[in-house]
Amino acid sequence: MSQEAQTPQQTNPSKVVVITSGKGGVGKTTTSANVAAGIAMLGHKTVAIDFDVGLRNLDLVLGCERRVVYDFVNVLRGEAKLGVALVRDRRIENLYVLPASQTRDKDALDPEGVGRVIADLKEMGFEYIICDSPAGIEKGAQMAMYFADEAIVVANPEVSSVRDSDRVLGLLAAKTSRAEVGGAPIKTHLLLTRYSPAMVKRGEMLSVGDVLELLGIPLLGVIPESSVVLQSSNKGTPAILDDLTDVAQAYLDVVYRFLGEERQHRFIEEEKRGFLRRIFG
Amino acid sequence: MAFLSYFRRTTKTASLAKDRLSVIVARERATTRGGPDYLPQLQQELLAVLAKYENIDLQHVSVNLDKSGSFEVLELNIVLQDPGKPVTMAPQKIMS
Repeated sequence: MSQEAQTPQQTNPSKVVVITSGKGGVGKTTTSANVAAGIAMLGHKTVAIDFDVGLRNLDLVLGCERRVVYDFVNVLRGEAKLGVALVRDRRIENLYVLPASQTRDKDALDPEGVGRVIADLKEMGFEYIICDSPAGIEKGAQMAMYFADEAIVVANPEVSSVRDSDRVLGLLAAKTSRAEVGGAPIKTHLLLTRYSPAMVKRGEMLSVGDVLELLGIPLLGVIPESSVVLQSSNKGTPAILDDLTDVAQAYLDVVYRFLGEERQHRFIEEEKRGFLRRIFG
Repeated sequence: MAFLSYFRRTTKTASLAKDRLSVIVARERATTRGGPDYLPQLQQELLAVLAKYENIDLQHVSVNLDKSGSFEVLELNIVLQDPGKPVTMAPQKIMS
């Protein structure tokens, strides 16, 4: 399926990025899909790996669920070749998905096997390896973060999510390959999702400033609360592909910032809607 | 009577959330982050050593890791009992 995935690119060293949160339902898979799609759209060869063994969903959000034949665990067990298990996106060049197994349990993941697959993906010339972590702080989540160079911690402006994010930051600092070998620590980024500037203004929701102060890591971006996210997953098309929406713009900013470009933060203040937008928007 | 609750709702819940979080996050960090995995064990072992020489109690020894500017402070706090009082706990018992 991925014959052209065989040319190694020495110029750009690959980066392993974990999308994690601790708490479930905050937008890890949505973020994985959009960030992977965005990076690929900008011309970088990207693979998104679903680490949620038993609860595969990244394929559904990316709209390639019907083309999944083999999965991550098949590759780990040597039942399928990596190049065959990778599902290539039909809309976005450079984007590939390695689906999670739907039938096995999370013990199917082991550090040696996962490390081997990541090394093989690097060998195949993938510049960005996006690891979509399962919720929780158990083995699956720890495997997803173990080989990471950078981490995007997804949080909602809500007490349980912020607390869990802090726990995950602790794990990133202690239970990863970089922490164990003693190299440079994992670079962490905060992505605040489901943000409602109007609620923040009324004092009903933690503000970006509050969350940043509590967690103490740099802000990668803010994704506004929007029905677009649900509609995108209904369709199986990452929101970032429809660049007219707030969510797409916000994710695009996130991708550019992640790739090193300076961009001003948006969607933090309540939008001043004009008369026409009020009626037709 | 719903209209009454409208007037009563004066506390901003966001600031309440922030206050609660800053307390719990700070407490959890002190016990779980930045390599203090060994703190509970350190406490146990220190206690065992100290118990050889002094009459002490688990409740009277605390080990804390605090951040002060760019460096971390390991704080060990031991409360010694009155010399006249009998031994409350044998060292072996403390270790268990």
